[in-house]
Amino acid sequence: MARVGVLALQGDYEAHAAALRRAGAEPCEVRLAAELDGLDGLVIPGGESTSMLRLMEYYGLMEPLRRFGMEKPIFGTCAGAILLASDVLNPPQPSLALVDMTIERNAYGRQLDSRVVRLSEHRLGDGELEAVFIRAPIIRRVGAGGRVLATYLGDPVLVDFGRHLVATFHPELTADSRIHGLFLERLGAGAAKR
Amino acid sequence: MIYLDDAFRVKVGLAEMLKGGVIMDVTDARQAEIAEKAGACAVMALERVPADIRREGGVARMAAISKIREIMQAVSIPVMAKCRIGHFAEAQVLEALEVDYIDESEVLTPADEEHHIWKRDFKVPFVCGCRNLGEALRRIAEGAAMIRTKGEAGTGNIVEAVRHMRTVMKEIRLLTTLRQDELMAEAKRLQAPLELVQYVHDHGRLPVPNFSAGGVATPADAALMRQLGAEAVFVGSGIFKSSDPERRARAIVKATTHYNDAKAVLEASEELGEAMPGLDVRTMSESEMLSTRGW
Repeated sequence: MARVGVLALQGDYEAHAAALRRAGAEPCEVRLAAELDGLDGLVIPGGESTSMLRLMEYYGLMEPLRRFGMEKPIFGTCAGAILLASDVLNPPQPSLALVDMTIERNAYGRQLDSRVVRLSEHRLGDGELEAVFIRAPIIRRVGAGGRVLATYLGDPVLVDFGRHLVATFHPELTADSRIHGLFLERLGAGAAKR
Repeated sequence: MIYLDDAFRVKVGLAEMLKGGVIMDVTDARQAEIAEKAGACAVMALERVPADIRREGGVARMAAISKIREIMQAVSIPVMAKCRIGHFAEAQVLEALEVDYIDESEVLTPADEEHHIWKRDFKVPFVCGCRNLGEALRRIAEGAAMIRTKGEAGTGNIVEAVRHMRTVMKEIRLLTTLRQDELMAEAKRLQAPLELVQYVHDHGRLPVPNFSAGGVATPADAALMRQLGAEAVFVGSGIFKSSDPERRARAIVKATTHYNDAKAVLEASEELGEAMPGLDVRTMSESEMLSTRGW
């Protein structure tokens, strides 16, 4: 079985761990660089990207996470997507820059603009895809290697970058485990190759 | 059921995003920036921190709108604000201002000694304080999307926070051991709706996140509350009433994340100056206690 970690610095990491278990994995929590050793993939959860960034800096996680992401898949949701993006707006902030895209924080507005929607524009098989947007970012540019898997109001909300996967919404807050399943599939392949 | 509809899930969703983090009381834009820079996951905008409310007395109300607006413009993290218990018009104003969360708070002077706000009428989410499971479930039934144990704000004394968190967690554990035919009597005892009692019985947790507040002054206090079951920590006077707010804010953020790692809590505790002066809760009269406000 693939070994998957969830970055547990701040945010809804427990919801991700539960979603990964529903999809058939046995996740572990990652707070320090040494805990990345031996993992096949990592989830960076939703939460506050500024808080996570500070904690990554305090504990010297930026470089280890970058190196990890050069080889292994990372799935980022909301704050996780912001941390993976090469360019962050509103305001500009540092990131791991592991995927070529521009993302704007809090782009729908404040909490009153948060929402649950059912997406029909997606490539995850039959049926609508429930998407929970919480003070969500909007992806303003998808660079080379990005394949858009779902859109909402014309903007990409789920993008596959080959190794990495990013969502601006929160599949971990729904009962639908298709997206976590999609992520786990690529870890299985990665683990088998070694 | 209230906790399954989309509107409620969106409210609980933001509380989910704040888990594992520290929500800091701030009174102006400069403090808000310090909090954000230290790693706070949200700030609570208020006019005076609880320690000053306690010292100065008088009626404590919702903060000045200009202050809240200034704080909302200064930071990119969620901004919460407090309204008085039962003061739904203050809450309406805060919703119109588009704050991200409203704390119907015992730290302010209650506007209604009998009724809390009917929070389901609002689109903006609410957090409410509690001292026990029944109080938590009554607030959730009214529409609160996040619960925080009350503690005793402005004292720098963790004893009441511990009492309230232990009480809630113990009552949850006991509830899971009851038989189905015992739940109605338990609902009567807790003075809480049966459907919420049923939820806690079936899931072993509240239907909304459960945070801690009231008395956190040190990194070890934060680690203690997290280990007792708090999913995130509110820090009021503890940061900006200390000798070095930047450092203390950073240290409490570190300890809240690494609450199970004593070496990390040690390292966070090491670099600190003086904590805020504390108050002995046992010598306080009933009328000085903020946590007895609300029911």
